[in-house]
Amino acid sequence: MVKDKKDFLFMTAVYAFIVAVFVVTFYPFWNIFIISLNSAEDTLRGNLYLWPREFSLASYAQILSDSEIWMAIKVTVLRTAVGTPLAVMTISMLSFALSKRELVANRFWMLYFVFTMYFGGGLIPYYMVLKNYHLIDNFMVFIVPGLMNVFYMIIIRTFMQGLPQELDESAKIDGANYLQIFFRIILPLTTPVLATIGLFTAISHWNSWFDSYVFTYDPGLKTLQAVLVKILNQYQTGSMVGDAQQMANSAKRLAVSPDTIRMAATMVATLPIIMVYPFLQKYFVKGMTLGAVKS
Amino acid sequence: MSMLSKAQPNHRSAPAVRKPRGGGLLGRLKEQRLLYVLMLPAIILTFMFSYVPMFGLYMAFINYQPGGGSFFRQFFTTDFVGLQWFEYFFTNGDFVRIMRNTLAQSFLSLLFGFPMPIILALMINELRNGWFKRTFQTVSYMPHFISWVIAANIIVTMLSSGGVINNLLTGLGIVDEPIQFMQKGPLFWWIIAISNTWKDMGFNAIMYLAAISAINPELYEVAKVDGASRLKQMLHITLPSIRPTIIILAILAVGGILNAGFDQQYLLQNNTVLQYSEVIDTYTYKYGLQNGMFSYGAAVGLFKSVVAFILVISVNQMAKKMNEQSLF
Repeated sequence: MVKDKKDFLFMTAVYAFIVAVFVVTFYPFWNIFIISLNSAEDTLRGNLYLWPREFSLASYAQILSDSEIWMAIKVTVLRTAVGTPLAVMTISMLSFALSKRELVANRFWMLYFVFTMYFGGGLIPYYMVLKNYHLIDNFMVFIVPGLMNVFYMIIIRTFMQGLPQELDESAKIDGANYLQIFFRIILPLTTPVLATIGLFTAISHWNSWFDSYVFTYDPGLKTLQAVLVKILNQYQTGSMVGDAQQMANSAKRLAVSPDTIRMAATMVATLPIIMVYPFLQKYFVKGMTLGAVKS
Repeated sequence: MSMLSKAQPNHRSAPAVRKPRGGGLLGRLKEQRLLYVLMLPAIILTFMFSYVPMFGLYMAFINYQPGGGSFFRQFFTTDFVGLQWFEYFFTNGDFVRIMRNTLAQSFLSLLFGFPMPIILALMINELRNGWFKRTFQTVSYMPHFISWVIAANIIVTMLSSGGVINNLLTGLGIVDEPIQFMQKGPLFWWIIAISNTWKDMGFNAIMYLAAISAINPELYEVAKVDGASRLKQMLHITLPSIRPTIIILAILAVGGILNAGFDQQYLLQNNTVLQYSEVIDTYTYKYGLQNGMFSYGAAVGLFKSVVAFILVISVNQMAKKMNEQSLF
């Protein structure tokens, strides 16, 4: 009986903790979401917590009528759609070759790739080199450097090494060469891991701002997140002017205030991710676990 | 895990491996030419984008001039200045401040960010399987998948003078006036630490949950027969079982202590907190690219790369000794 009472207290504490973490994790997103759906004037009154007070889609209408945002969405979608499959292909081809123990100089090549995880030139020489390759202010700067990722290679290679050896032995006896073995036998079996890597790559494409912010100057090459950085910077500078002046300025504001605009832009950049990752959850949990066990 | 990797060599040296048609190295290379074809793009890309910039680090020892001809030609045409840029970094007064900020932010991030995923994993493990557990886990990964740009937008909104946190604090009578969180230098370290923890605790719990799922269920059965409470089971079975994972991840975290980050500092900072916000990576960016002191920026970057490399390698050796397994 005593034990049950203890367990009850323990489980209450567990659920209290979990609910607290849930609120801390989820509520900020919810708060941004309802502010983006509230009318701009009303938002200035503050105290928005659970629901929009004056429902309005004006901020979204404003955002989605902005040609800069549309251009940014186009660039972001394009780099994600082009960069992801190419990266998954490059990395899985490499992983396959390195998963073969018989590969000549296997250890050398592993060292060649893994070394770059631990040592690098840093930002400044990297920038100089990109400039030398004429990749500054070039859409390809979003695609080409991101085609290789050593950490993902290790995950895929580990998975491939775990596949039964007999598969490609029998294929070899049937006269299949390495390319055929890779494309027809190994690649289809690797799909769960490739989905994980594809998801991670796609999300990092969607989320990247730094390459667009630093390596491009052309407004036509700004990604969604880079535009969002600009909006954030304006807000940060604005809040330094002081609240009094902000209030004075806000009196002059039209139907849409920078705050609700900022929230709406944040939501536009967030929603696609929130809608995609839960469906691939079982893959990436498995993929991460695999990576963790090996590394 | 080490069992798995040890079992492979025997398994691998299956007959198919040793059948060199032409014999010798050349014959094997010829047989494997298609493997090399598959590797070629990655080899070239890694050379172009990882190794060439490493050679480019030579610019830290010269006086690179933006208008002075092409990058690599300047290696031969510009004055060699030796360690002048490093000396400048160590003596101009910035070094202490930058290192203090970097280490303080890393340390505070570890202080919150390291135990939280462990506690979270232990708690999640106690939940009954079902929709609640699944939903909670899905939500807990959410902050990991959003960019720092979005996170920074959320954080400055929450912490603004009319934001939820200030309203809560004033509403509960804890403070009389809203706190200007983003304008107070010393608070910046804590904001970074808590933001880092908020963003990654759910995702990092995955590793620990994986370790927990490998625990032999019989241990719990025996404990139940002995009348151990759930709390006791957690403290005496679950926690000790994941200790190796905890130790390895702790060692790795120490190895990354110089990587305090870039995105979060750059996006959350403003001029009023610069004394506390600037870390090595934002400093390199500011001087190297924004202020045009390219060689100086490269020198600071090289300093960081070398120290970080030494840290990671020594830490890897430690981890190897402790668990008899390497990181790669």
